[in-house]
Amino acid sequence: MFVSDTQDKERRRRNIAIALALGALVVLFYLMTMVRVQP
Amino acid sequence: MTTVALTGESHSATVGDYFALLKPRVMSLVIFTGLTGIVVAPGEIHPLTGFTALLCIAIAAGASGALNMAYEADIDALMSRTANRPIPSGHIARGEALGFGWTLAVGAVTVMGLLVNLVAATLLAFTIFVYVGVYTLWLKRRTPQNIVIGGLAGALPPAIGWASVTGSLTLAPLLLVAIIFLWTPPHFWALALWRSSDYARAGVPMLPVVSGKASTRRQILAYTAILIPAGLLPAAIGLAGPLYLAVSGAIGLWFIIEAVAVALERDETREPAAHRLFRVSLIYMFALFAALLAERLLHIAAFASWT
Repeated sequence: MFVSDTQDKERRRRNIAIALALGALVVLFYLMTMVRVQP
Repeated sequence: MTTVALTGESHSATVGDYFALLKPRVMSLVIFTGLTGIVVAPGEIHPLTGFTALLCIAIAAGASGALNMAYEADIDALMSRTANRPIPSGHIARGEALGFGWTLAVGAVTVMGLLVNLVAATLLAFTIFVYVGVYTLWLKRRTPQNIVIGGLAGALPPAIGWASVTGSLTLAPLLLVAIIFLWTPPHFWALALWRSSDYARAGVPMLPVVSGKASTRRQILAYTAILIPAGLLPAAIGLAGPLYLAVSGAIGLWFIIEAVAVALERDETREPAAHRLFRVSLIYMFALFAALLAERLLHIAAFASWT
């Protein structure tokens, strides 16, 4: 399937947004685990 | 039904298109009322847990918005107010919006259950069910009471915020839910008065389309007459203080004046009174919750200065 440069650029931006969201989720779970294991 | 991008894969969607699917303006009001529920609830919550709860409420609201747009893409394509949304405009395929919405919905409820508590997670799941299942899929196309019953979904965030802190529900958060629930019909019917031809074209049985504008004006007045006293009750049960009482009373009076103006309106083409009532209703809701927030934060600040 043909994908234009613009479409390729938008796909890349979408992928970066998903990566950032997943990264933020990992950080959130890590921090919340620290909060919960604190005495 | 529109034939554009309801199926298949779209390659031109921007990150902004996906953000638009989350209905950010609706989301902002939900965040505000959910935050108020967290702040006014008795007890303590770790700031990060409170942030997580608010994040889950916001994402669930966005997910509900995305699912609503996916299931109503055919209606949106027929209405001037919604024709530019990402699905009818062809930027995002309906299937992609469904995948996006359900992923966020399940994710938000799961994270709420794992990191906050199960009562808040159950309420969050119930809210999504009411908005998507009851309002969007069942009532929207069948009855003019669609926004009355569906309005429960938009009313629940303060209770979810409250339950995030306490792990339970009492009369106080349910009173906040009742206020938003009673506010929803006059707010949306004011909009429907000047958008009635749009709704008629799309075949959506909004009250002005089914029962006529005269009946809608009477019902707006009736709901307003119940809403404004209900808006004063948080002060009566000790949830709010004099600042809230003053704000609720003053803007409530303004609300009633505009509702009466809508009831007496004769300009059925431009509906200027309905435009004004719509704006006043937004100010009323914002002011009530801002007053609740301000009182509690001032109380915390005063308490901190004594210790």
